[in-house]
Amino acid sequence: MPSNLPRFPARLRLVPLLAALPLLSGCGLVVLDPAGDVARQQGDLIILSTVLMLLIIVPVMALTIFFAWKYRASNKDATYKPDWDHSTQLELVIWSAPLLIIICLGAVTWVATHLLDPYRPLARTGPGKPVAAEVKPLDVQVVALDWKWLFIYPEQGVATVNELALPVNRPVRFRISSSSVMNSFYVPALAGQIYAMPGMETKLHGVFDKTGDYTGFSANYSGWGFSNMRFAVKSLPEGEFDKWVAATKASAEGDLSRDTYLKLEKPTHKEPVRRFAASDPQLFDAVVNMCVEPGKMCMHDMMSLDAAGGAGIAGIGNVRQVTYDKFAARGTVDVARWGMRYVAAYCSAPVMSNDRPDAKPVAPEKLKGEGLPHPGRPERTALRAPAAVDRPLS
Amino acid sequence: MSIPHPAPETGPILGKLSLEALPLHEPILVVTFIGVVIGGLAVLGLITKYRLWGYLWTEWFTTVDHKRIGIMYMILGLIMFLRGFADAIMMRLQQAMAFGGSEGYLTPHHYDQVFTAHGVIMIFFVAMPFITGIMNYIVPLQIGARDVSFPFLNNFSFWMTTSGAVLTMISLFVGEYAQTGWLAYPPLSGIAYSPNVGVDYYIWGLQIAGVGTTLSGINLVVTILKLRAPGMGLMKMPVFTWTSLCSNILIVASFPILTATLVLLSLDRYVGTNFFTNDLGGSPMMYVNLIWIWGHPEVYILVLPLFGVFSEVTSTFSGKRLFGYTSMVYATVCITILSYIVWLHHFFTMGSGASVNSFFGITTMVISIPTGAKLFNWLFTMYRGRIRFELPMMWTIAFMLTFVIGGMTGVLLAVPPADFVLHNSLFLIAHFHNVIIGGVLFGLFAAINYWWPKAFGFKLDVFWGKVSFWCWVVGFWVAFTPLYILGLMGVTRRMRVFDDPSLQIWFVIAGVGAAIIAAGIGAMLVQFAVSIWRRKELAEESGDPWDGRTLEWATSSPPPDYNFAFTPVIHDLDAWYDMKKRGHQRPVTGYRDIHMPSNTGAGMILSGICLVMGFALVWHIWWLVALSFVAVVAGAIIHTFNYKRDFDIPAATVTAVEEARTRQLAAGA
Repeated sequence: MPSNLPRFPARLRLVPLLAALPLLSGCGLVVLDPAGDVARQQGDLIILSTVLMLLIIVPVMALTIFFAWKYRASNKDATYKPDWDHSTQLELVIWSAPLLIIICLGAVTWVATHLLDPYRPLARTGPGKPVAAEVKPLDVQVVALDWKWLFIYPEQGVATVNELALPVNRPVRFRISSSSVMNSFYVPALAGQIYAMPGMETKLHGVFDKTGDYTGFSANYSGWGFSNMRFAVKSLPEGEFDKWVAATKASAEGDLSRDTYLKLEKPTHKEPVRRFAASDPQLFDAVVNMCVEPGKMCMHDMMSLDAAGGAGIAGIGNVRQVTYDKFAARGTVDVARWGMRYVAAYCSAPVMSNDRPDAKPVAPEKLKGEGLPHPGRPERTALRAPAAVDRPLS
Repeated sequence: MSIPHPAPETGPILGKLSLEALPLHEPILVVTFIGVVIGGLAVLGLITKYRLWGYLWTEWFTTVDHKRIGIMYMILGLIMFLRGFADAIMMRLQQAMAFGGSEGYLTPHHYDQVFTAHGVIMIFFVAMPFITGIMNYIVPLQIGARDVSFPFLNNFSFWMTTSGAVLTMISLFVGEYAQTGWLAYPPLSGIAYSPNVGVDYYIWGLQIAGVGTTLSGINLVVTILKLRAPGMGLMKMPVFTWTSLCSNILIVASFPILTATLVLLSLDRYVGTNFFTNDLGGSPMMYVNLIWIWGHPEVYILVLPLFGVFSEVTSTFSGKRLFGYTSMVYATVCITILSYIVWLHHFFTMGSGASVNSFFGITTMVISIPTGAKLFNWLFTMYRGRIRFELPMMWTIAFMLTFVIGGMTGVLLAVPPADFVLHNSLFLIAHFHNVIIGGVLFGLFAAINYWWPKAFGFKLDVFWGKVSFWCWVVGFWVAFTPLYILGLMGVTRRMRVFDDPSLQIWFVIAGVGAAIIAAGIGAMLVQFAVSIWRRKELAEESGDPWDGRTLEWATSSPPPDYNFAFTPVIHDLDAWYDMKKRGHQRPVTGYRDIHMPSNTGAGMILSGICLVMGFALVWHIWWLVALSFVAVVAGAIIHTFNYKRDFDIPAATVTAVEEARTRQLAAGA
């Protein structure tokens, strides 16, 4: 390593931090200053990763400027070694320095990805606030429609369009699907996003730890009315939430029957908030199984038939034209396109729920290796009792 | 504003085509169309007036000379760049306007086409032609070859790429373009949700251009592997040739995936299969995986050759051997391989498990190690050098300072939990523009300024070059810093209107940035014009204006048709520097006949028929599809009977050219 490598001036080290200050102050930067524990950890991770990477980025940028200035052609005093092109020590440094950073960041990534897996139930609602074993998360079923959002609260028996109210400090479990194309369900103040896909169910867990009004939207382009596919999110104190449910029930414009749903899913945009009573417990599962239309075979039935060898020639005859066509130009024409077929149900078995039990919450100490015996060292009991950990549910 | 129109009826003669396909109700398009027609007629008129048709046909359109094809690729890229940038300006304007209940000036139908076209055009018809053009021009010269391995194929590839671009441009005035985003995810891009011709224009434009790209990739791989001058082992190849090799290997290995994916999508759209539909067993997630298995390597296809350019430029303008050539080569190969195992980071949010997500997150981060090593290598090439701040070097420094930020935000997005909050946000948009503008475009500008004297025999004007440089660099940061901030505010991409009025100021700043970039583009066009105007003053006769190090500087500027009268023999990396150091004397006698490929119009004709076929497929004009398909097959067969494929440049001609060069060098000395 050449001896006169310049030392990086200490005062410059502050520059990126200073530049980051306005960001940290949170002038509407909801991603870095959210209102939920999951989103807050995700935001913190952004800052941590950025700082880790700046450890190498800042010296590189400073060296670039310094070398460019120092070795400018007009500076005849600078050393000039036209044939110097190799140094094993330097090569070691330039490969291992990024490697070290990436090892750190990789470890952080592994742990954080598991801890913040959207499919995992929450083990805490905030730092030092573990979720008690008896607390059941609030279930909300989310359906992305053309170009609005439907929220079904099975426990409360209500459903809303473009309005999501949640009690503060209570974990929420979203089951998410879509009626036509891919969307992404995203409430920046609450937790990260996850795709909403037709015929599939995705999951997301989140919790608000502040009350207030926020917004949610689709974060994946879904066609003509995408820009207005936004919804209001209310984080309410516990009592207020119950009041909201009661008010919703009282002001419901009707029951969210399958017929109502089929009308609702037709393309509209800038849809105002609408409220329904929700009494069909199977509606969401029918949406996921793509069999809300009466007489259409549910996907799970089709799959079990196929798994058993299919219905043979008779199965082909069972493929009918769709009469109500929401597809061609998104419901503006009443034509049955030859490509639009569906399989009629043989019998009307109840819709099977896709709702599988959740995985267990992650115990962070396991991921981080806390409490595990150190290889080659006698166990020390003191280390095995973590001080103030967020206990998982189990 | 009503929700859009149904699919048109299909007739037997014109398919879906009718007068309604002409967007006469869109004043913006009508004015553009009138402008294009007037401009087009003026160009055609001038060509006719100066009787240039014969010249263009024999010297350019039918040429198999890799240098001329390279220049034509650059012209194609430049024209399409102006179109793609016009789209960018339209988006910036719309987003700066549409606040507080204002709908802006674009309908969703128009706006959604604009952002789709912007992405497709910038990647497929700007970045790809630019890098292919540079590789086409420089690689054979750098390895001391007379041409590429398959000269006819090269001409055909160019015209196929052009046909794809033309088909995409036709969609502006006949029908519509896709309203799906640049990767056309189903089910939105399926026939059910996009029943009109937009997605078909997308598919056939890319399929036709894709043939060109794949063939050109094969061509350059074979050229680099088989046509190197004697003595040039793999580890004596210039770094640009190395990165081009890796980039073309990626093309050959990944473009077929794109082709296959689009074939499946077309089957869904045209014959009613269910590969990517919601119903009947289709899986849109499969499309997303497949398209990114192509799409991620594509990013490296674009940026690798420019890494090579930066290596050449840094070494040349530091007057120093490239630091760590071997590790540079290994870093390139590492990136090439790793680029295939990171695709899932484009959709962490699709619901894969934590272990899968972390795997792809960590492999993505691993790529930053060889990339970081490259950066350090450029840094230590500058160390103890004598850096001349000519334009190519300025672009390189700007690249180093810009690209590290883009790299950093890229690694940040590779952390899955961070991606969950930043995915599809404007932060992501800022990130990839940061690497594509900061890496690919800045690299191209370095390359253009660096190799222009080689291609045309005169340097580019420095003043306008600097104006362009500063406008671009400043404009870039003014345009994209707000997008980073907006991303952290939770603003997502592809939005046409906004509710929150406090966001508007950021979009206005971004719009100002785009205007500064527009000034940079303008300055660059002025730079070209001024340089052509002042070409006598800027003339560069030595063939080696920058005290270059690689073989392309050993021949005249522009090089003769045959590149080198005698094939050089290579003893060292930086072959030309080595030759200069050892007091190489240019041989002046003993010229022999040189065997060269003949020009042919077949490439242009076949591609033209493919264009017709693409148009017919888009509009379901089945008789024309059948006719043009038969014509393409017949044309290809007829071409195989063309035996006038090669000729010899007589020794007398070579002698005359080389003696003129000798006199030129003597006059310059």
